[in-house]
Amino acid sequence: MTRQPVRFYQVGSFAVGNRLLNDEDRTVQSSPNRTNSIDSGHRACQGCGEVLGARYALDAAMRATNGQLVAVNATGCLEVFSTPYPETSWRIAWLHSLFGNAPAVATGVAAAMRVKGKSEVRVVAQAGDGGTVDIGFGCLSGMFERNDDVLFICYDNEGYMNTGVQRSGATPPAARTATTVAAGPEPGNVFGQGKDLPRIAMAHDIPYVATATVADLHDLEQKVERAMEIHGARYLHVLVPCPLGWGSASDETIHIARLAKETGLFPVFAAEHGRVTSVSPIRHRTPVEEYLKLQRRYAHLFGSSPRPDIVARLQEIADENIARYGLVTEEAGESVASEVRT
Amino acid sequence: MLRQIEGSRAVAETVALCRPEVVCAYPISPQTHIIEAVGAMVKAGLLSPCEFINVESEFAAMSVSIGSSAAGARTYTATSSQGLLFMIEAVYNAAGLGLPIVMTLANRAIGAPINIWNDHSDAMAVRDSGWIQLFAETNQEAADLHVQAFRLAEELSVPVMVCMDGFILTHAVEGVDMLDQSVVDGFLPPYEPRQVLDPNDPVSIGAMVGPEAFEEVRYLAHLRQMDALERIPAIAQEFEELTGHASGGLVRSYRTEDADTIVVALGSVLGTIKDAVDVRRQAGERVGVVGITSFRPFPGEAVREALSGASRIIVLEKAFSIGFGGVLATDVALVVQGSNAKVFSVVAGLGGRAITRRSLEDLLAQSVRGELNPLTFLDLDQAAVDRERARMASTRRSGPSAENLLRDLGSDYAASKAQT
Amino acid sequence: METPFAITLNAGTSRANHTGSWRTERPLYVDRLPPCNNACPAGEDIQGWLYEAESGNYEAAWRKLVVDNPFPAIMGRICFHPCETACNRVQVDDAVGINAVERFLGDLALEHGWSLPVVTLDTGKRILVVGAGPAGLSAAYHLRRLGHQVRLVDSAEQLGGMMRYGIPAYRLPRVTLDAEIARVVDLGVEVELGHAVLDVEAERRAGNFDAVFLAVGAQIGKRVDIPAGDSSKVIDAVSFLHQVAEGDPPLLGRRVAVYGGGDTALDAARTARRLGATDAVIVYRRNRERMPAHGEELEQALGEGVTMRWLSTVDRFEGGRLVLETMRLNEQGFPEPTGEFEELDADALLLALGQDTDLSLLKTASDVVVNDGVVQVQASMMTGEDGVFAGGDAVPADRTATVAVGHGKRAAHGIDAYVMGTALESVPKHELATFEKLNTWYYSDAPRTERPELERIRRQTNFEEVVGGLTEENALFEARRCLSCGNCFECDNCFGVCPDNAVIKLGPGLRYEFDFDFCKGCGICVKECPCGAITMVPEII
Repeated sequence: MTRQPVRFYQVGSFAVGNRLLNDEDRTVQSSPNRTNSIDSGHRACQGCGEVLGARYALDAAMRATNGQLVAVNATGCLEVFSTPYPETSWRIAWLHSLFGNAPAVATGVAAAMRVKGKSEVRVVAQAGDGGTVDIGFGCLSGMFERNDDVLFICYDNEGYMNTGVQRSGATPPAARTATTVAAGPEPGNVFGQGKDLPRIAMAHDIPYVATATVADLHDLEQKVERAMEIHGARYLHVLVPCPLGWGSASDETIHIARLAKETGLFPVFAAEHGRVTSVSPIRHRTPVEEYLKLQRRYAHLFGSSPRPDIVARLQEIADENIARYGLVTEEAGESVASEVRT
Repeated sequence: MLRQIEGSRAVAETVALCRPEVVCAYPISPQTHIIEAVGAMVKAGLLSPCEFINVESEFAAMSVSIGSSAAGARTYTATSSQGLLFMIEAVYNAAGLGLPIVMTLANRAIGAPINIWNDHSDAMAVRDSGWIQLFAETNQEAADLHVQAFRLAEELSVPVMVCMDGFILTHAVEGVDMLDQSVVDGFLPPYEPRQVLDPNDPVSIGAMVGPEAFEEVRYLAHLRQMDALERIPAIAQEFEELTGHASGGLVRSYRTEDADTIVVALGSVLGTIKDAVDVRRQAGERVGVVGITSFRPFPGEAVREALSGASRIIVLEKAFSIGFGGVLATDVALVVQGSNAKVFSVVAGLGGRAITRRSLEDLLAQSVRGELNPLTFLDLDQAAVDRERARMASTRRSGPSAENLLRDLGSDYAASKAQT
Repeated sequence: METPFAITLNAGTSRANHTGSWRTERPLYVDRLPPCNNACPAGEDIQGWLYEAESGNYEAAWRKLVVDNPFPAIMGRICFHPCETACNRVQVDDAVGINAVERFLGDLALEHGWSLPVVTLDTGKRILVVGAGPAGLSAAYHLRRLGHQVRLVDSAEQLGGMMRYGIPAYRLPRVTLDAEIARVVDLGVEVELGHAVLDVEAERRAGNFDAVFLAVGAQIGKRVDIPAGDSSKVIDAVSFLHQVAEGDPPLLGRRVAVYGGGDTALDAARTARRLGATDAVIVYRRNRERMPAHGEELEQALGEGVTMRWLSTVDRFEGGRLVLETMRLNEQGFPEPTGEFEELDADALLLALGQDTDLSLLKTASDVVVNDGVVQVQASMMTGEDGVFAGGDAVPADRTATVAVGHGKRAAHGIDAYVMGTALESVPKHELATFEKLNTWYYSDAPRTERPELERIRRQTNFEEVVGGLTEENALFEARRCLSCGNCFECDNCFGVCPDNAVIKLGPGLRYEFDFDFCKGCGICVKECPCGAITMVPEII
């Protein structure tokens, strides 16, 4: 299923809302009646991408389920900043158990709802990348393999931010973390490691796998909506920049997420039953430097002793993604291909 | 109805009578027969509505149970040994969240060395998790305790672990008086959760609690277990009135009226001890037995009372805290302090080693003679231990002790064979 | 639900935690000046009326437009739209077709007979407006709206000034011109035509006017001394166009040369083609890049068969033959003679070398300062003479109809302040909404819609309008291409992107406000505002 962009309106296809659009063509986020699944007063850092991603996704899921939603949360930033006693920011039914078990807990909730005859209640499990690709991976793979009726959402900020920015299996090559410092001949995280969880999820042949970023709300909401139309195991991987861990300005969160997609470093696509069904094409192809330079975790690649060789390797990764998913349509890409090469 | 039935099967069928709504487990010996049987009943539609979920690990099994219980479903699982340890983070979590999950622990030793046979190391490893731990002496009691466990768990919002000795009970076929569905239904009302995940009344379950309230949360959990000390005997009594089965309760005494030596133990070994006591009684020794059914909460007052006439207390247990001694013995010693009784810790039956009536008789005799050491390892092959100690002293790279001992005992065995 | 202590919490309780205290900077909604508005000589609130047009509220759009300029149908045809040159959308794809939408609104108003608001105010002040061109008409319009009585006089027989006598009908159909002028006159303007004011002071005294606005234009074609034989026909282009407008075109012959490089030269050449000239050649001493005429008019002229002789001056004209000297541009870009000559057959030579103003009516107004043939004015458009104002081509500025309309408005306000004895309010301009302040990612890709043009063959034989109007669908599309630079258009982005739900949506037309109890000052709303209508300011501690 591909999304039909809203055309002929100044910002109909990309901005949150538009006064000229019918309500049904606007995003959930444009509505003053949105759930605000995670409400004000949470303790997320300024410009946190994860809290934004969570509200986007869960509000969309709430609309798709008419409010019949339960969320299971893994340990991590999202859990810690939302529910420190005596206050919670959640406006939805929410359960936190452990770091590594959110998929299984969600399976249990879904099973309970079935036996209780409340099959209209749908279940979302959510975790950061550590809780997804590392410590929660066993439970996640099991949930996938059993095709349990759970939408699992990974808010990927590419590291263990809650514990102070350590490397995870989703940390990209060359990125500096507290456990992959910018020292030695190969500074930052090493090349050739890490898990591509969306593809691993696809290999489970589950009915729906998609990636998204906080930079394209329409796409993200549409994917949640699609996911909620399907029963069985579904996986949504949302890139959520972390100003603290990435060393970026708090106002750059959405911009950086957009660049991650526009460079090709983070491919945005959807797949059903293991096959890619749609990709979000790159609109303005951008060299990876523009993405990297906004983040201090890559500062060692620039400055007084720059590492163009490493930047080139990152560009190769972007180019491979572009080729693999066909992210560049003719009109968007080719005119700037030369720019990318510089 | 009295049936000759395997312990696992008796437990499975009784669990089914409790109408669990979600059952989730991962196979591990010796728990397998229980979950196979429950799974078969669900699959055949004999237990409905119920979801039986095969998961990829014990960690997932307990996690699924957390989810289903928090969503208001009566939830059951079972495990053993390594499995319990693999789920231990979730075990603590279930208790912390106050979820009334019932779990059968088919007690088994913990490796390394890997060992599938019975002892109580696994149960002791989660002693402090906040679960209620009930130990069954017989298969009848094992079956009956599950019915009482659901009632207790759901009344108090505390998870309950029913411990039954692996193989010794789980795989033993003996007579069990199986309950009727109507009896169980009359005893166990439908689950009414104290809190539940409900989209129409949303709450956040599992908040982060800091120093300002954590101690109170823990103390409240302790108070719920103290409440259980009231409820466990009351429930057992009600159960007995309904079924005629004297199962459960806090402690049970056998021939202790005039006893100056009392053996304290958990689980199925109580039967063998009772036989040994009977023998020693015939010899005129004033010996008795106290079986503890509720290990957590620990019924300190009941234990003290049961042991009040004894001057020698032998705590025989299938587990110990390496580097110190008996676990149960420590608890018993604490509650009888101030009396004149002397507490002896006896570690026995580790990794499935048979605890024979003969050995127990000898132990009692030794005790009466005043020859019992404060800490005794029953039927320990001291010679094998000494040889390994010598090897270790002489060779830096002496290799793993377990394998050395096996080799050592194997050559012994071969030599003895050759001699006959 | 009665919940267990501490581990379970009731929904949404974190609103007790006011995270606004974390803030070191706070966002602030602002209105910035859109570059189109900034560039509009008539001072139109272009972004403002496009905003109405975007929603299909065409009458509201038109009403907003005519607050500043009573001639949208005219402007939508003849304005050289500096707004589009300034438009930020140029840096995305192409400028918004502001001029086309303006025309659409103007035509729609005429079609539906929308009238200008009835004047109810009467200050009792009488103003004399000399000259009924765009400046005079605009001043009359604004003065009437301010409640003053206006007497509008012109020496010509019809209203419109250069809009009628300088701009050919194929660019501005007379029916449109007449209709929009009539609408202004209908506001109660006293009109006297065929009346040449010879002495402005005398006229002012005689009529007991409180103030005068001079909008006499620049009607006199400049002449240069070109050696020409007796039989050679040399006419100035202004006169030529005037005669054509009066329906009395002079006979030029089949080969017409036009000397000059401005819009008048193009108008003259194109008009000559329509009158039957087979060859219409423009002789200009510089090159295309340095030509002052507007590019689109040149394109249209070339499309109609007008040809160009770049880098050429007319040396002499004799016996049906023009002698041209070839020029070259020096390093400063000035043309220099080369001494090389060539010839061009021509039956007539039209001179389009600029226009002068006839200021003889100022002979008794001794305090009026005239420099380089134009009247010097202050910001209020008042000349050195008390109560005498001037605008349009008679004062130093670009000589376009739109500039003149702007002068008319400015002068009307200057006159109003003068006659009412109030101070002229000067509203400080908002900060310019430059391209860097926008986040153009959010705008849909929408290539510009061009207006249709008349087939070329039909343009060579008659005075039918060359450029057509937009359909409603196209006009709406074009209006919606507006980026709304610097002015909130309620796209909900700030409301959506706030990680702290600290933006309150106030409802349609009411925009948003920040909830400073929770705003942490991250600045995402500022960065992601498409139109640059939010800024960050330091938090006052």
